[in-house]
Amino acid sequence: MTSETAMPITGQDMPVPYGVRLLSGWFATGGPTGLDEHLARFGAAPTGRAPATLADDVEAAGLTGRGGGAFPTGRKLRTVAAQRGPAVVVANGMESEPASRKDETLLALAPHLVLDGAVLAAAATGASTVHLCLPRTRSDQAALLGQAVADRNRVRLDEAGIRVHTLPHHFVSSEETSLVSWLNGGGARPRPTPPRPFEKGVGKRPTFIANVETLAHMALIARYGPDWFRELGGADAPGTTLVTLSGAVRNPGVYEMPMGTSARQALTVAGGPSSRLGAVLAGGFFGSWLPVPLDPAARPRGAGVLVALPEDACGLAETAAVLAYLGGQSAGQCGPCTFGVPSVAEDFAELAWGRPGAELLERLHRRLGLLPGRGACRHPDGAARLATSALQVFGDDVLRHLQYGPCPHAAEPLRLPVPADGPAAEEGWR
Amino acid sequence: MSRDHELTVDFAACDGHGLCAELLPERIALDEWGYPVLRDSAVPGPLLAHARRAVAACPVLALRLRPARRGEGPRTG
Repeated sequence: MTSETAMPITGQDMPVPYGVRLLSGWFATGGPTGLDEHLARFGAAPTGRAPATLADDVEAAGLTGRGGGAFPTGRKLRTVAAQRGPAVVVANGMESEPASRKDETLLALAPHLVLDGAVLAAAATGASTVHLCLPRTRSDQAALLGQAVADRNRVRLDEAGIRVHTLPHHFVSSEETSLVSWLNGGGARPRPTPPRPFEKGVGKRPTFIANVETLAHMALIARYGPDWFRELGGADAPGTTLVTLSGAVRNPGVYEMPMGTSARQALTVAGGPSSRLGAVLAGGFFGSWLPVPLDPAARPRGAGVLVALPEDACGLAETAAVLAYLGGQSAGQCGPCTFGVPSVAEDFAELAWGRPGAELLERLHRRLGLLPGRGACRHPDGAARLATSALQVFGDDVLRHLQYGPCPHAAEPLRLPVPADGPAAEEGWR
Repeated sequence: MSRDHELTVDFAACDGHGLCAELLPERIALDEWGYPVLRDSAVPGPLLAHARRAVAACPVLALRLRPARRGEGPRTG
């Protein structure tokens, strides 16, 4: 992890109440929160009463998964706790979305909130082991978290044992079933469900898997209660969430904001657009394009990612590059994904940079219909969603490219942070 | 009762042999890469025997037939 990406805020004009919860320590001191400071600010995690009250409190708080799934966390906790046999807790810090830095930032600045949430989940589900899964590409981060765990062990803070793991950083390796497969000795690739991890996961035990941000929210709900949690955000979507803002905004970074904050407001928090915008990518490579001017109701989606695309960029070229990346990131297990996503990517590349014939759009639409719901995971679904939204939002560009060939911006350097190669394909899945 | 059974495909297991589409064209077509596309996952009574034959013919056991759950529409995938 570089300090450049870990620093969440570059702006000086940071409006209240942004960043008052998960990132409050950073606001108080401007640095990462060590164990002493964490205990002074929050006290120890109330694991003693977690078995009885945590699931109730989390459910009443209306906390939903912050990894993109938005599943009700309280219900997940309750389901795992109700299964037979000892459970296992997995903290998912894989953050494979290239446009997201929120998990990396949170783990750098408030590691003990995440670890508190994990040991609380362990207490609530009767688990004796917590597995923290981090990408192997962020080895500095793994070392820091290992140190944080050692600090806790030195003062015998936790009953549950916390183990830090580093996994291959493929796009699909952050899927819940990928983590389970890897922790069970296999490759970090998605597995078909059922069985769902909550019934049969790590070591065939019921397994509670949550994104690290979700766990950090749980750590605060356990201390301050559901009513406090609901003081920010909406009735349907309460609390705060971390959003990574990048692209053509004045102050790119990770910001904590109330749930339900519109994409337009979120851009303002990041200092506003730094040039005229052409579109906004909401939800990252797994999300969809939003047209500008932004609909006031449009919200950041998935795992809180917004990328502002300037007007003088080619949305079709950007999308084609992302699709090529996603095609290379297929785990190669399911035919429709292995062949379908690269085929769609090739069609898009022809649309963006080639001399597409009249039959291209028809073929592309047909292929896009062959992706959703036809894989062990949602990888093909995500690729199809992104491509479909690009065809809609950049509809005028599609017609121009079909008629005149590539636009002048198509050959320019990409604005989206598309990794040049898939993260070390030779690295494999173990 | 037309919805008492439903077909699912385990795409991680499926190798695209294509026998299912031969044996149950009423429900299964193949995409351009040779993998099954379920036109409709519901299997009504008259098709049940054909569906069972298709399931049994799959060399990698990727095609499955299960009783449809009540109150829940059949799913693909």
